[in-house]
Amino acid sequence: MSTGELVWGDEGWAGPTFPENAKRAVENSQLRRNVRKATTTIRERRAGLVAETPDWQQLRSAGAAIKDDVLEHLDRYLEEFERNATARGAHVHWARDATEASAIVTTLVQEAGQREVIKVKSMATQEIGLVKALEHAGIAAHETDLAEMIIQLSDDRPSHIVVPALHRNRAEIRRIFLDGMGDAPEDLSDDPHALAEAARLHLRRLFLKTKVAVSGANFAIAETGGLLVAESEGNGRMCLTLPDTLISVVGIEKLLPTWRDLEVFMQLLPRSSTGERMNPYNSIWTGVTQNDGPQSVHIVLLDNGRTRALADQIGRQALRCIRCAACLNVCPVYERTGGHAYGATYPGPIGAILTPLLVGVEHAPALPFASSLCGACYEVCPVQIDIPTVLVKLRHDAVLAEHHRAQDATFAAAANAMSGRRRWTAALKLAPLMRFIKHGGPPPLSRWTRTRDFPDPPRESFREWWTKRR
Amino acid sequence: MQPGCTRHRTSADKEAGSSHSWGVYDAPRMRVALFSTCLVDALFPDAGKATVTLLERLGQQLEFPLDQTCCGQMHANSGYFEPKLVRRYVDVFEGYDAIVVPSGSCAGAIRHQHEMVARAAGDETLATRAHAVAERTYELSQFVVDVLGTDDVGAYFPHRVTYHPTCHSVRMLGVGDRPLRLLRNVRGIDLVELPRHDECCGFGGTFSIKNPDVSAAMLADKMESVLDTGAEVLCAGDRSCLMHIGGGLERLRAGVRTLHLAEILASTDGEAPS
Repeated sequence: MSTGELVWGDEGWAGPTFPENAKRAVENSQLRRNVRKATTTIRERRAGLVAETPDWQQLRSAGAAIKDDVLEHLDRYLEEFERNATARGAHVHWARDATEASAIVTTLVQEAGQREVIKVKSMATQEIGLVKALEHAGIAAHETDLAEMIIQLSDDRPSHIVVPALHRNRAEIRRIFLDGMGDAPEDLSDDPHALAEAARLHLRRLFLKTKVAVSGANFAIAETGGLLVAESEGNGRMCLTLPDTLISVVGIEKLLPTWRDLEVFMQLLPRSSTGERMNPYNSIWTGVTQNDGPQSVHIVLLDNGRTRALADQIGRQALRCIRCAACLNVCPVYERTGGHAYGATYPGPIGAILTPLLVGVEHAPALPFASSLCGACYEVCPVQIDIPTVLVKLRHDAVLAEHHRAQDATFAAAANAMSGRRRWTAALKLAPLMRFIKHGGPPPLSRWTRTRDFPDPPRESFREWWTKRR
Repeated sequence: MQPGCTRHRTSADKEAGSSHSWGVYDAPRMRVALFSTCLVDALFPDAGKATVTLLERLGQQLEFPLDQTCCGQMHANSGYFEPKLVRRYVDVFEGYDAIVVPSGSCAGAIRHQHEMVARAAGDETLATRAHAVAERTYELSQFVVDVLGTDDVGAYFPHRVTYHPTCHSVRMLGVGDRPLRLLRNVRGIDLVELPRHDECCGFGGTFSIKNPDVSAAMLADKMESVLDTGAEVLCAGDRSCLMHIGGGLERLRAGVRTLHLAEILASTDGEAPS
């Protein structure tokens, strides 16, 4: 059993943990500027749109309530979805993990007699490492989202959930196209229009000749058996309508009970993700429509750790997530490290809770600590995921799973010193020792003093002053 | 004037309080306790002294139960849930009508974490008691504005000051603009707005040590904002965040000092009391 690329295990990505990855990231001035510029732009667009939506807080509450209902009755809604999708001509498959899901997709492509597929941007397929799995089976999968294409051509990793190439600037993108695209014009400039045109011509050839497409879905409607993909470029619409076979990999938490629930989510998602009132392309399909679009429609319902997350009473709210990445765009940590430092498919604050919830905190023990707990993520989350509280809960789980003896002993000693008046008063007598570590001291204190002075210790503690005064 | 001053009193409290708590008012005086926080007790007593000076000037008879130690936030945020620290807080402060904390972060932990820590340890009784005490626990600006009902404390502080709204005070507790309302009414103050004030300073408790590089990168940007204002004093309601930003400013010899909100509000002669 494998969870795929939830945590990046190869190529040294997940080797160093977050603090070490982050150290290299904060030293990279180009990365810092690219990420800051991009997140600031989306953040401001979102803030403007939220300000003009008077019932925003009610929409958030409604979104959270609908998703909580789905999670509470997931069994029922999943079977309802399967029934309705099947009745409309779709084939529904169930995958416990990344290995199973990739195997199902591979078999379907082989059964269609094809060696190439085109892909719509999808986090679920990133998560299961589908492109690599298909490659192993001799099937070439082409990403058709502009940013995902940039990532694929440069053998890179996505660094953001919605804007996966946000760590790249246009000069870098021009170089990637010239080196990797094969049919890029030799005189390609770094003008965004020229870059988009080169991509468009390259992709059109793929759209017209490829017989199988693979997608994810933003929402799955239990009541109808339909799927929805929201996107900006129209590449998704091409993939969803032109090929003969369409295979969609969908996390089991993507369900909405009814068609009407889209009223809430189609307001929450575009404002939170790209800072738009509406996505340029919203494609909805329900099974097979005779002689219109793909005639072979498959849906792979993916668990891959979701039922594990569901079992966590505090953590399960992370499954409300609609992958808008608003939390990434406001996160002061993400703004300074970018997404690669998290070493996982889902970066940023949501990744810091979702990844350990999906794979088990023992496989991603540093992630819950990759946050200052400032709470900016919770404030913007369109489905009110209390990320700081879940982070603290997961830190507790990590400490129980990990056993760092020196750290455990330090915290136990501190708690002990704080467990009685006399012990605490005695501990306070040690405060003057701080003058010796003002600029230095041994680790871990030196991790403070490398960039900050310690304060001068006071002549007397507050309680000494109070006691004398009475 | 004093909402909730009798609502939470038990008969035992009334009995204990009747011997000394009847003031000049008709209503029984609130029993108000100060929870200094461990950080103020150990390293920043001036913030505690200023809180006492301020609240006594506003007519409160503060008590400081000496059995208090720490709310357990540093432990909880580092993954170590210590129900014994929650129990200590509840035992020490359960008998008071109001508990004042000169820290948004610690007040936030008491209000939002104590129950969770008790529940994680399977102690429902403690969780219920913790919830009740947490509801009577106020961050300083909340206590002054909401409970005492004033936003002018009669302070005088003729200096250029910028205010950093700490994350937990704003996002966890929702103190809103209470601290700024209090500061705006300080005589002589030259209060300048901090650019990007809603951004975390990078302290985050043990985050500052576990992720020192990201913490330092966030600190650099916060210091840039502070220095942009030309202020001589950086003020906040949390000595913990100020220890971090102040430690960075001191390292740079930036010539900006840090003061707790209480220290400015307690001042009547133009200087921070000490």
